[in-house]
Amino acid sequence: MARAMTMTEKIFAAHAGLSEVQPGQLIKAKLDLVLGNDITSPPAIKEFEQISDKVFDKDKIVLVPDHFTPNKDIKSAEMAKTMREFARKQNITHYFEVGRMGIEHVLLPEQGLVAPGEVIIGADSHTCTYGAVGAFATGVGSTDMACAMATGETWFKVPASIKVELTGKLTKWVSGKDVVLTLIGMIGVDGARYQSLEFAGPGVASLTMTDRLTISNMAIEAGAKNGIFPVDSITEQYLTGRVKRAYTPVAADPGAEYIRTITINLEKLTPVVALPHLPENVRPVSEMALTPINQVIIGSCTNGRIEDLAQAAAIFDGKQVHEDVRAIIIPGSQDVYLEAVKLGYVEIFVKAGAVVSTPTCGPCLGGHMGIMAKGERAVATTNRNFRGRMGHVDSEVYLASPAVAAASAVLGRIAGPEEVA
Amino acid sequence: MRFTGKVWRYGDNVDTDVIIPARYLNTADMKELALHAMEDIDPTFAGKVKEGDMIVAGKNFGCGSSREHAPGALKAAGVACVVAESFARIFYRNAINIGLPLIELGEGDINIKAGDMLAVDLAAGQAENLASGEKFAIPALPGFIQDIAQAGGLVPYTQQLLAKKK
Repeated sequence: MARAMTMTEKIFAAHAGLSEVQPGQLIKAKLDLVLGNDITSPPAIKEFEQISDKVFDKDKIVLVPDHFTPNKDIKSAEMAKTMREFARKQNITHYFEVGRMGIEHVLLPEQGLVAPGEVIIGADSHTCTYGAVGAFATGVGSTDMACAMATGETWFKVPASIKVELTGKLTKWVSGKDVVLTLIGMIGVDGARYQSLEFAGPGVASLTMTDRLTISNMAIEAGAKNGIFPVDSITEQYLTGRVKRAYTPVAADPGAEYIRTITINLEKLTPVVALPHLPENVRPVSEMALTPINQVIIGSCTNGRIEDLAQAAAIFDGKQVHEDVRAIIIPGSQDVYLEAVKLGYVEIFVKAGAVVSTPTCGPCLGGHMGIMAKGERAVATTNRNFRGRMGHVDSEVYLASPAVAAASAVLGRIAGPEEVA
Repeated sequence: MRFTGKVWRYGDNVDTDVIIPARYLNTADMKELALHAMEDIDPTFAGKVKEGDMIVAGKNFGCGSSREHAPGALKAAGVACVVAESFARIFYRNAINIGLPLIELGEGDINIKAGDMLAVDLAAGQAENLASGEKFAIPALPGFIQDIAQAGGLVPYTQQLLAKKK
């Protein structure tokens, strides 16, 4: 009888061909999917070509030009071209061109490319998003991506797991973003370093897939290797019609060992913001003194899904963006964009005086579509508020949910949704 | 491999956005990126860093983005190794994969100041702060991570593995 294992340990054991694994063990695991974007793929392709002339499986590689696209300058166009030509040469099945793409971590779950029990690496730190569907998924660099494209496997150190026990239900205007920011505020930006965050408890059932994707997405912001959710009826409902292949969900064994347990009562959470320049600087919105803002970003791999836009639309409906604020709304994929058009959200945003952009990572990493000048301040539904992240080294990013971001756009200062709605 | 270099000293949570800001990532030319290394935390670094210098930092060095351009830019700037209380995991992987030596000392006060000269002997697993005379052990890399480091990175290591399979 194998030892009682956590979700991550069980997935690793299955992919390493072992009956059991334990924390600290070094393993080599088979990969179900390897992902890259327009920043990380070009160096990976260069290294890949030193190793091999053929990818291990053309169906198990996903290439998404999402960071600096539609291309912001000549150099980024060259990088996208490198990736596009590689995709053609290798006959990569899942290459997503501009106009058919999305922000990678919105796109892959939506298109059914990630499934429970799978092992996924991506040359993008927010690859951990797919833990929301019960997969092991983690970010790596370009060299790991290169070697994985050649061999279909990579090495891992099995992480110890932290159990995050969720109880209760979220109240109105509180969402997954508030859950994950609260968690990061509790444990710090290295609170789960080298470790797995495994979500559990009765509160999980009350979280939508959008909430879960947001929470897993920001596991890296606590330093975690991955952030994984149990597979339940909500997951299965989401996967139906998306994932067409067979998959094997895992559940944590009774008696699995966790190095610590953190309990969060969802009922007690309130809308929060993370102050510059670390995601751990979390404060309730209600405690924020008058803080004027210049820009609002709603979108990103963290909060670019249709339910996120629905929250924002509910706030913006019939209101105007404050005269001192530029509000930029970025649907996370073409499907999300189309849905937002059909549901009337885009009309609400445009009438409110906001910009609605094509899907792109753009401003989140200070790439394009909303770069800030010296001394400017944004409320953003993105994932990082590091120094200089969205532009000038002396600009500031406050991280928040779509509801808080939209309310702040209307009032021109950091504000809670209940002040507007 | 023994080398001696001058220390650049930084604090906790040095993130990959300050190691190499994304506004420069429209190229993957590490020499070009090296001109902007550490720019948002220390505008003097790129102009003054010398081949063989070392970075010494607090906990969670390299947190944030998975951009391999971060260790790549430091390596291309001439940084011989990074010493820290702890490293963020993707940065740690990336540095090993591209052959940039890292020394993880564990959390606690590191008695090394900016400008100190540090002598590092990776093979012997020992380092010495020549300014204070203080010596400290370099923890050995586990298992095949050692092999990757010794091969000079993951690409040469994978080339060797694939050659063996043929």
